[in-house]
Amino acid sequence: MQALYAQLLVGLINGSFYALLSLGLAVIFGMLNIINFAHGALYMMGAFCAYFLLNGLGLNYWYALVIAPVAVGIFGMVLERTLLKWLAGLDHLYGLLLTFGIALIIQGVFQNYFGSSGLPYAIPPQLQGGMNLGFMFLPIYRGWVVVFSLVVCLATWYLIERTRLGAYLRAATENPNLVRAFGINVPRMITLTYGLGIGLAALAGVLSAPINQVRPLMGADLIIVVFAVVVIGGMGSIMGSVITGFALGVVEGLTKYFYPEASNTVVFVLMVLVLLVKPTGLTGRAT
Amino acid sequence: MVDVKTAPNAPAKSASGASLLEIRDLQAWYGESHVLHGINFDVKTGEVVTLLGRNGAGKTSTLKSIMGMIGKRTGSVRFDGHELIKMSSDKIARLGVAICPEERGIFASLNVHENLMLPPTVRSGGLSTEQIFELFPNLKERLSSSQGTKLSGGEQQMLAIARILRTGARFLMLDEPTEGLAPVIIQQIGRTIQRLKSEGFTILLVEQNFRFASTVADRFYIVEHGKVIDGFANSELQANMDKLHTYLGV
Repeated sequence: MQALYAQLLVGLINGSFYALLSLGLAVIFGMLNIINFAHGALYMMGAFCAYFLLNGLGLNYWYALVIAPVAVGIFGMVLERTLLKWLAGLDHLYGLLLTFGIALIIQGVFQNYFGSSGLPYAIPPQLQGGMNLGFMFLPIYRGWVVVFSLVVCLATWYLIERTRLGAYLRAATENPNLVRAFGINVPRMITLTYGLGIGLAALAGVLSAPINQVRPLMGADLIIVVFAVVVIGGMGSIMGSVITGFALGVVEGLTKYFYPEASNTVVFVLMVLVLLVKPTGLTGRAT
Repeated sequence: MVDVKTAPNAPAKSASGASLLEIRDLQAWYGESHVLHGINFDVKTGEVVTLLGRNGAGKTSTLKSIMGMIGKRTGSVRFDGHELIKMSSDKIARLGVAICPEERGIFASLNVHENLMLPPTVRSGGLSTEQIFELFPNLKERLSSSQGTKLSGGEQQMLAIARILRTGARFLMLDEPTEGLAPVIIQQIGRTIQRLKSEGFTILLVEQNFRFASTVADRFYIVEHGKVIDGFANSELQANMDKLHTYLGV
């Protein structure tokens, strides 16, 4: 039974990363209509940023948790201003190809300097050790990742669904020309939204660094699953991405316990089933 | 049939007073498609001016060009001393220009309250929500409705007008506000426009329903093939009725 709970915890942790990354993808797709294939590479940059801050500047995990999302988010905004903004109004395929190219370049540069093996990043002292819950042993850092990710996801959902800024963003998704004609600087809002989505990816990268080590291809391994999560949840749906992210992490964990051979494919099987039954995803709206 | 070539392409005589909006040789393009071919007209402060014309004549494109919602445009659009032709629409809005689009532009992902509160205040002097509910009592009752697009056509039109009244803009552009609405709602919108005029708003109206327009407008301009081909005051409407029927094909 302990093994089942352990797999559930692993599932929840993976679900946290899926949720944070798919949330960023959903925000970007919903607001900018861009399928951001560079998301995995920017997640990796978040982890490397934490690594540089610690080993270069001596700034620990807690600083990295704030600085890395901001720094990588700014990098994302530069990408949006210089490259992605020219794709406005074009077919999704152009955005996908461009961001795929960006991902390859970023990963290539990091691989050139750091190779493919992982660099260690220690768990911060405050979050080391574990707790015996009676039915299972819970490593504190992993519990922290799950809770913190959930809080960030809910805060992002609140920002988009319950605030005035979120109303601007949702309205701009539907009719950016009219929102701009109301006096709102939509291009600036798009840049900031892209920065927010990328910041979420970088935050996931920092959270992941002590668990998965820091590797140039750490995002490439994850991004395909995350895209499946976004498709299942519904492209552009914020809450759909969060719930689906955590749920699929758990499903994956359970599959590892009951039928390990299928654990790597269960998400994609579910994606096919969802697409057959509800092509817009579980919470997506038809356009 | 009136010969377009011989029709005046200059601003029609307008009421005395300073022009709030002066449009000269306004040309606009949707991609390769040249839709406005040199629009000229004026709107004075406090007036209700109506653009009349057939479908596809260029009325909506004129409003969108003034608002900066069409990418390529040339000529001159001067509003309150500011040249708008190179300005982006958000900057134009912040000068106190507001548009209520033909398709109403109610956002499906926003509830009624969010739709109402969406446009930011661009200037002081906008209507308070209490004043808006006094003007449109139906909206107050429907404020808790989940989706703006679930409202009836008339309620959506009221919501679309109400939200720009909040902003403090004093120059309103209303694109076919009566289209597809029941006569009783059309009357209510007519009363609203008259009240706004009495409170000092300047309104540029696009209408195909000239009978409705005649109840609210001070002056008319006729738009055809992307040009203003004629213009007259409301007091001259009866004298121009035959011409108007020809222009509008009614």
